Amino acid sequence: MSEQFKPNIVAFLCNWCTYAGADLAGTSRIQYPANVKIIRVMCSGRVNPLYVVNALQQGADGVLISGCHPGDCHYMEGNFYARRRLKLLKELLEFTGVDPRRFNMSWVSASEGHKWKEVVEKAVEDAIAAGPFDQFRRRQIGW
Amino acid sequence: MTEKPKLGVYICHCGINIAATVDVEAVTEFAQSLPNVVVARNYSYMCSDPGQLLIKDDIQESGLNRVVVASCSPRMHEPTFRKALQEAGLNPYYLEMANIREQDSWVHQDREEATAKAKELVAAAVAKVRLLEPLTPREVDAEPAALIIGAGIAGIQAALDIGDAGFKVYLVEQSPSVGGRMAQLDKTFPTLDCSACILTPKMVDVANHPNIELLAYSEVEEVSGFVGNFDVKVRKKARYVDVSKCTGCGDCAEACRVAGRFPNEFEEGMGKRGAIYLPFPQAVPAKYTIDPERCLFLTRGRCGKSPKCVDACQPGAIDFEQKDEIVTFKVGAIIVATGFDVFDAAKKPEYGYTEFPNVITGLEMERLVSASGPTGGEILVDNGEEQIVPKEIAFIQCVGSRDQSVGNEYCSRVCCMYTAKQAHLIKDKIPDAKVKVYYIDVRAFGKGFEEFYDRVRREGIRYVRGNPSEIFKRGNKLIVKVEDTLTATPLEDEFDLVVLAVGLEPRADDRKTIDLLRLSQSPDRFLMEAHPKLRPVDTASDGIFLAGCCQGPKDIPDTVAQAKGAAASALIPLARGKVSIDAQVAGVIEDTCRGCGFCVSICPYTAIELVEINRMGHMVEVARVNEALCKGCGSCSAGCLSNSIQPKSFRDRQILPQIAALGGIK
Ligand SMILES: Cc1cc2nc3c(=O)[nH]c(=O)nc-3n(C[C@H](O)[C@H](O)[C@H](O)COP(=O)(O)OP(=O)(O)OC[C@H]3O[C@@H](n4cnc5c(N)ncnc54)[C@H](O)[C@@H]3O)c2cc1C
Ligand code: SF4
Ligand code: SF4
Repeated sequence: MSEQFKPNIVAFLCNWCTYAGADLAGTSRIQYPANVKIIRVMCSGRVNPLYVVNALQQGADGVLISGCHPGDCHYMEGNFYARRRLKLLKELLEFTGVDPRRFNMSWVSASEGHKWKEVVEKAVEDAIAAGPFDQFRRRQIGW
Repeated sequence: MTEKPKLGVYICHCGINIAATVDVEAVTEFAQSLPNVVVARNYSYMCSDPGQLLIKDDIQESGLNRVVVASCSPRMHEPTFRKALQEAGLNPYYLEMANIREQDSWVHQDREEATAKAKELVAAAVAKVRLLEPLTPREVDAEPAALIIGAGIAGIQAALDIGDAGFKVYLVEQSPSVGGRMAQLDKTFPTLDCSACILTPKMVDVANHPNIELLAYSEVEEVSGFVGNFDVKVRKKARYVDVSKCTGCGDCAEACRVAGRFPNEFEEGMGKRGAIYLPFPQAVPAKYTIDPERCLFLTRGRCGKSPKCVDACQPGAIDFEQKDEIVTFKVGAIIVATGFDVFDAAKKPEYGYTEFPNVITGLEMERLVSASGPTGGEILVDNGEEQIVPKEIAFIQCVGSRDQSVGNEYCSRVCCMYTAKQAHLIKDKIPDAKVKVYYIDVRAFGKGFEEFYDRVRREGIRYVRGNPSEIFKRGNKLIVKVEDTLTATPLEDEFDLVVLAVGLEPRADDRKTIDLLRLSQSPDRFLMEAHPKLRPVDTASDGIFLAGCCQGPKDIPDTVAQAKGAAASALIPLARGKVSIDAQVAGVIEDTCRGCGFCVSICPYTAIELVEINRMGHMVEVARVNEALCKGCGSCSAGCLSNSIQPKSFRDRQILPQIAALGGIK
């Protein structure tokens, strides 16, 4: 952690809005930190809250979930489910002593390449502030 | 499924798009070291024919059964590589892509970091692809019919094309007549054909076409289903007139006790109508309608001794007992053609539109010059004191367009030209009139537009470059305050009439269509196409298309061209008679399903139901997915407490290895 701690962040993006927005950031050559690695899912509603725990267990220092703006979900209401579930999860993580800054959630549409950059930068900043994560690692929880 | 995975990993250079930032050799070497990887190669353009051939040859020669392509976004080329797999005899769903261009080489500059990230993304794809399952897209029958919402020129043209191709069309128009805005126009730029003369025959054609069912004065209430199989529910509003008896004679309208009392919407409020009315003489269907908010009998329960329209109507068509009617039908494709609103000039108070009767909008001008308009085509205005024939006339362009202060950054594309047209028509009718046009730029981009603009200037119309700041009254004249920006001269010019060339806006009531069909809006609030260049008539939802000004401002030729494009696209599923539905849908593991029904309540498409099965002699309830309705979002899965319902290609056991690969703990 001596010079600059480079956190490892796993992101779950919905196919229709944020994944497309991240593609647009690419097409527009918007530069952002390389710490965030993306897993594509069809809808943010697909993200099982346990994925977040699993990612932290597997070596991530932070997790980012992003989907369509509320009301704009390609599947009508998937992102509302995501929002409710993940809000609970965030509280639960905090309760178990996990720094809530490790977990970010955002809404980025297909036309918001710039917003995606900001979201990544914030997630990285937050994870740096929270420091390297190893609380869960000793006890591997079987899936 | 039991055969051992044999992977091929292909890393694309994309010319230098990827290779300049990512060390493709290093990534290839790394890929080679991953479990189950049989071949790893890199190539300049994987999507090219020789690139695809590399994959196909390896599948056939080395017996690959899984493929990873690390290249551009899967949103770009997933279909391309799926097809390559299929052509080599492998199930197309045995493919996983690593996005190392849009989400790596293009967004990072540090070669070391970008290469490291590419390796991780490849490792995640390799981890997932090993656990993918073969899927087969299914085909279902498509209903050979189309729904078109809105019967302006866009909806009319699309309906005629689909009807002529031999398919059934339901054309739904919310107002009493078809025709839309074009019916309100007098002449049309740049050729000056009379709008009614070219539109009316088409309006009559849609009403008489054997394949077109016109549902005028109707609204779409519900749409469910998917491409090929939409269920539609339409409310036909009560006209209180039996259309099978109404002959369109108009005796009722003349007799109406409140005839001529209310502003006529078609005349932009300048003409008057009664409670029973025909919006305009050429209306189709040519049937009268009672306005339920204006009719004395409908609002107060009585109209004199007896309603005058009832007494006047010989065929006895008036029916106060009539109720709204619900019609339901199935279609395979939908075209949205709901058109536009004009900008509300009251939002620019400095132009005094609500204050001065002789400040009018371009659409009002259309009615004023029209021979069928409220003044019979005579240009007469009220200057606050008397009705006069205006001699000094100003046009102000870009009112409500290219104007951040009212939230419309875009150009409305028709105002420059309709201003030129109207200026010409005024000169025609009042030869000694002095006409000035205040403009920011003149955009005369279409076929024949520049020529028309030149002609109008030669006719003596003065173009002054400047954006007026204010209109006020001095004596009985209107004063336009403006700076001529070419000569830097402040001016205060006098006029009898000012025409505001108002722009085009998204319809205020489009919200209900957006919610009904889950459409998206572009930043300008018009309806959004699937791709601004390559899919201009498609929406993000399969089987739903856009035509006309609902998608953005355009003139009639562009509207008609887009309508024909939308019709051709909508005809694809109808003509094929089949649509393929995505194979990446949810499936239930019946052995572990507890039958709690959680997923049933989550699914936004009501694709899941509980069914009884026999599990080792016990009848139990389990969830079952209707694959035709499931869109594969996976929301059900995240809610299931026993992990029993899983979207194919996005199962827990396919995503968790990806997480592990990216997490990096061995
Ligand atoms: C002042 C003015 C002058 C113009 N002059 C010219 C010209 O000279 N030449 C030229 O080429 N272009 C001209 N235009 C542009 C032209 O009017 C448009 O290109 C054309 O009308 C677009 O047709 P449309 O079918 O897309 O929309 P519209 O004409 O707006 O038709 C849409 C129809 O859909 C119906 N509708 C809306 N919502 C629903 C719903 N939810 N359910 C059912 N029905 C619905 C509406 O009632 C309407 O009938 C002019 C425009 C203006 C404002
Ligand atoms: S994947 Fe989505 S659409 Fe399919 S059954 Fe589950 S919740 Fe419904
Ligand atoms: S699939 Fe899961 S959520 Fe759905 S009924 Fe079965 S156990 Fe319940």
